[in-house]
Amino acid sequence: MIEQIIFYALAAIIAICSVLAVTTRKIIRSATYLLFVLLSTAGIYLLLSYHFLAMVQIAVYAGGVMVLFIFSILLTHQPGVDVQFEKPGRMVLSGLAALAGLGLCGHIIYHNVEKVYQYVDFGEIEMTKIGFALMGTDKYQYLLPFEAVSLLLLACIIGAIMIARKR
Amino acid sequence: MLLEISHPAELYHLTNWLDTILQENLPEWGALLVKFVLIGVALLSAYAVIALLLIYGERKITAFFQCRYGPNRVGKWGIIQSVADMIKILIKEIIYIDNVDKFLFYAAPFFVIVASMLTFGAIPFGRGLQAVDFDNGIFYVLAVSSISIIGVLLAGWASNNKYSMIGAMRSGAQFVSYELSAALALMTVVVLSGTMNLSTIVAQQEYVYNWNIVRGHIPAIIAFVLYLISGHAETNRGPFDLPEAESELTAGYHTEYSGLQFGFFYLAEYLNMFIIASIATTVFLGGWQPIQIGVEGFDQIMNYIPSFVWFFGKAFFLVFLSLWVRWTFPRLRIDQLLNLEWKYMLPINMVNLVVMVIVVVYGFYIK
Repeated sequence: MIEQIIFYALAAIIAICSVLAVTTRKIIRSATYLLFVLLSTAGIYLLLSYHFLAMVQIAVYAGGVMVLFIFSILLTHQPGVDVQFEKPGRMVLSGLAALAGLGLCGHIIYHNVEKVYQYVDFGEIEMTKIGFALMGTDKYQYLLPFEAVSLLLLACIIGAIMIARKR
Repeated sequence: MLLEISHPAELYHLTNWLDTILQENLPEWGALLVKFVLIGVALLSAYAVIALLLIYGERKITAFFQCRYGPNRVGKWGIIQSVADMIKILIKEIIYIDNVDKFLFYAAPFFVIVASMLTFGAIPFGRGLQAVDFDNGIFYVLAVSSISIIGVLLAGWASNNKYSMIGAMRSGAQFVSYELSAALALMTVVVLSGTMNLSTIVAQQEYVYNWNIVRGHIPAIIAFVLYLISGHAETNRGPFDLPEAESELTAGYHTEYSGLQFGFFYLAEYLNMFIIASIATTVFLGGWQPIQIGVEGFDQIMNYIPSFVWFFGKAFFLVFLSLWVRWTFPRLRIDQLLNLEWKYMLPINMVNLVVMVIVVVYGFYIK
C-alpha cells in the first residue's frame, strides 16, 4: 500500500521531469530536471531494497556525472540564453527516433518482466556478496569484465589528458 | 564481559520502551508511522540544536584563538547568543531578487541542506541511536553528501552575479577533488574492517586496541589525517575557504541570499563540519564506544558514562581540531589547493591503500 503510493509518486516525478528536461528552453534547467529524474530512479532502487545500485546511482550519476554536466555547461555554453528550436525536419526525425527507442525498450521490458520474478531473489543483497561477485574468478563472478572496463576508463583518462595537453 | 555491565543512562532504554508501548497500543502501520515521525522530529531538532552549539562554540573558540572574549552579553558567558541569532535569522526578510533564475535560485539551498540532512541521519550517535543503517553505510554517506555540491553550483549560477559564479566554480573544483581523497581514506578503513556497515564498524571497535586507528596503526593513522584534511576542505572552511574568500569575492556563492535561505547554507556548513567529525569518529575512533582497556573496574566506570556522551565528546574534539586549523593557517591560493590534492594527497592515499591491503593480507594489524 505505502510502497505503491511511494512508487506512484516517484514514477510521476520521473515522468514529469523527463518531459520537462527536454521541453525547457534553458540548458541548465534541463540538467536540473535530469538530476531529479536520476535521483527518483535511485529512489525506485531503494524501494526494491537494492541499496547498492541506489548508492551507485546517486554517487555516479547525481554526484559525478551531473556535477560534470553542470560544470561544463557553466564553463562552455551561455547557460542563460534560450536554446533555439531545431528545423522542423530534424524535429520530426528525432521524434521518430525517440518513438523507435521507446517501442524497442517497451517491447523488451514487456516480454521479459515475468522472468525477473523467476531469476531474481528479492530482498537486500549483501555488500560482501556484490564484492565477491565483482572480484571473483569463479562461475557467475565477473573479474574479467570488471578489469576490462577499468582498462577502458584508463584509456579514456589518458586520451583526455592527451587532448587537453595539445596546444 | 561487556554484556554483563549495566548501562544505566543509555537512551536505548527509552527508545525500547517507546517501541513496546507503540507496538502494544497501535496496529503495525500506525506504530511505524508514529516512529517515523518521531525519528524525523528528533533528527531535525538534533540538527538545529547541534548547529546552535557549534556556532556558539566556534565563536567562543575563535575569540580565544584571537585573544578576544567572544560573545559575552546575552546570558552568562553569552551562552544564549546563538539562540538570539537564530530568532533573528528566522524573522529576517527574504529579499526577492530580480533577474535571477527563480526556480534554481530558490531550489539551490534545499539541495545543500537535504544532502547534509541525509548524511546526518546515517550517523550512529550512540548505542541503538542510528536512524539509517544500510549494509553499505559508508558508501551511502559518500554518495548522498556529494549532492550538496550541485546546490552550490546552481546557487552560484542562478544568482546572476560574477562573484557568486566564481565562488561556485572554485567550490565545485575543490569539492570534486577532495571528495576523492575522503572516499579513498574511508576505503582504506573498509579494507581493514571488512565491512561498509557503520554499526558493524562501531561494534568491532570494542576496546581501545580495537579502534581502527590503533588496529591498523601506520596506514590507518595516515588515512585518518588525510580524511581530516580532505573533509575539512570539502566543507569549504579553514585555510580552504576560498569559495567565499571575502576579500576577493564578497561572500562567494551565497552573496545574493538573505534570511533563512542564507541560513540554510550557513546551517549546512556548520553541520557538515560536525558530520565530517562524526564520520571520522565512527570510522577511526571507535564511534560511541567508551574507552575500554580490558581492566574490569576501569571499564565499568567508563561504561557508566552513556555512549552518546562519548560520541559527542570525540566528535567535538575533532571539531575543535578543525577550528584550530581554521584559525592557524592562512588561506591557500586555488592552484596551491589543487596541487595539494592532486600531487600530494591523492598519490599518498593510493599508496596508503595498497599498504593497508598488504597489512591486512599478511595479518600485520593488531588483533
